[in-house]
Amino acid sequence: MLKQVVLGGLAVAVVGAIGFGIYAYKPAYEPIAADQNAEFDPLVVERGRILAAAGYCATCHTAADGEPYAGNYAMETGFGTIYSTNLTPDVETGIGAYSKEAFRRAMHEGVDREGRHLFPAFPYDHFTKMTDDDVDAIYAYIMTDVAPVKATPTENELPFPLNQRFLQAGWKLLFADFGRYTPDADQSDEWNRGAYLAEGITHCGACHTPRNALGAEIASAQFEGAEIDRWIAPALTADNPSSVPWNTSEFKSYLKDGVATYHGIAAGPMGPVVHAGVRELPEADLDALSVYLADKVGAGDADPAQSDAVLASLDSNRPDPKYRRDLGARLYATACASCHYNTQQIAQGRPDLGINSSTNLDTPNNLIHVILDGVNGPEGMAGVVMPGFRTALTDTEVAAIAAYLRDARAGQPAWPELEATVADIRVNGPQAH
Amino acid sequence: MIDFEINGRPVSVDADPDTPLLWAIRDEIGLTGTKFGCGIGMCGACTVHVGGRATRSCITTLSDVEGTNVTTIEGLDAEAKHPVQDAWRNLRVPQCGYCQSGQIMQAAALLQDIPNPSDEDIDAVMTGNLCRCMTYPRIRQAVRDAATAMTGDTNNG
Repeated sequence: MLKQVVLGGLAVAVVGAIGFGIYAYKPAYEPIAADQNAEFDPLVVERGRILAAAGYCATCHTAADGEPYAGNYAMETGFGTIYSTNLTPDVETGIGAYSKEAFRRAMHEGVDREGRHLFPAFPYDHFTKMTDDDVDAIYAYIMTDVAPVKATPTENELPFPLNQRFLQAGWKLLFADFGRYTPDADQSDEWNRGAYLAEGITHCGACHTPRNALGAEIASAQFEGAEIDRWIAPALTADNPSSVPWNTSEFKSYLKDGVATYHGIAAGPMGPVVHAGVRELPEADLDALSVYLADKVGAGDADPAQSDAVLASLDSNRPDPKYRRDLGARLYATACASCHYNTQQIAQGRPDLGINSSTNLDTPNNLIHVILDGVNGPEGMAGVVMPGFRTALTDTEVAAIAAYLRDARAGQPAWPELEATVADIRVNGPQAH
Repeated sequence: MIDFEINGRPVSVDADPDTPLLWAIRDEIGLTGTKFGCGIGMCGACTVHVGGRATRSCITTLSDVEGTNVTTIEGLDAEAKHPVQDAWRNLRVPQCGYCQSGQIMQAAALLQDIPNPSDEDIDAVMTGNLCRCMTYPRIRQAVRDAATAMTGDTNNG
């Protein structure tokens, strides 16, 4: 009995291993000769350039100080550092020996020309949704317009057994959903175009969808937001915490110009996505992407300018009116309070102007005299002086200080014709000294 | 001739009685630590002490100070180690420095009158001393530190 169970188990294991081997096995494509792809339609090449930009291929396939598309860009994954491959058409070290079919397989299935499984740092799980036509266009662009560079990337730094490429087939079996994009019949053509781009070439989910422990995007959590290079790729769902929903026009402006008025700018890892990439797409495609993403976020058509959040934020921009004190209070703080201050008790030689006689008299004359001409050595308290502000302050300013003291400090009714009195004393009043 | 004391020494200045005290201090007596700012008593750069009181020297006339005791930044402490000056140095308060002698003289007068000022006290008294470099947070902290050094009480500010 036990023997039968063991044998049965072994048989299952052997069959499974053989099955996996068959699944994992990918044949090599014959290398093509260097001149085999001599001519492509320039319109196709241009479309390929735009798509390669929209997929920001060069961002990951160019090292910091390297040649464009020559690879060796270090990607820190949770499993080890992976160095991107050389995508230039160099036959030996790049993809110059790739036929169109080999390139399609790489994009659609994540397998290189020689039949080796590529690591999913390369988002073939998105590119698999792209049409043959679009993939071919990128191929035409690379083969035609990218300069071949002889450069072999650094060896990946992945621990065993993660560095075993055939095991990647298991990852694909578990997590990858191969196949071209299928339109959603309930949605508009524009929405479907946006979905095709977002889920395919622009691979938004690669950063905006959280990944599981094995580094695969969690399909049921599409666009729910994730951390990338210690930046946050925010949720592109109703969970997005922005105070104003990302509507179509916000997405459009962000994807085209790198700035959304009501949200912010494309910075960090998103910077090259916009500035070296997505913005190259034709207007209609940017519109389609925006329609699709706005729908994912669940934004309505409401004008953000009129939203409560925007109005409230604008409102809090305005300075607190209390901050802008009236002229008299302001002048008092600047010109008078450096000396006329008291806290616990009123000190001799530090007259407190709220209770000072001059502020409480029925006419402002004495206060005005002192403000204009000060108090000199022989006057008042010996050895202490007050400068006159005759040449420093205008009639209006002296009157403002007097009015402030009378009202806010002394709590007395306003002096009538205050400014005229100041003018009169300035001209006619006997000077204090 | 106008006679008064400056930094503890008697001086006689032969100038028009309406001459601003600041001019006499800088040009006649030759102490240039006190600065000219606005000239209308609104910025505090020219602050000195007259009879121990913070006084704007640009609008105070020579005749005003006849017989008084004037202290300038040079006379605040013989070794320039007044606690306010120490605090200023420790916190590197000055940026361009132009307003700082006035700030220090104002702060020294403040702490003499209010040894343990609250932030509100500091704001109320120091508001008239402008700093174009906006070193206000450091100024406020230096006043607090100097108060602590002078009273041994850290419960200020």
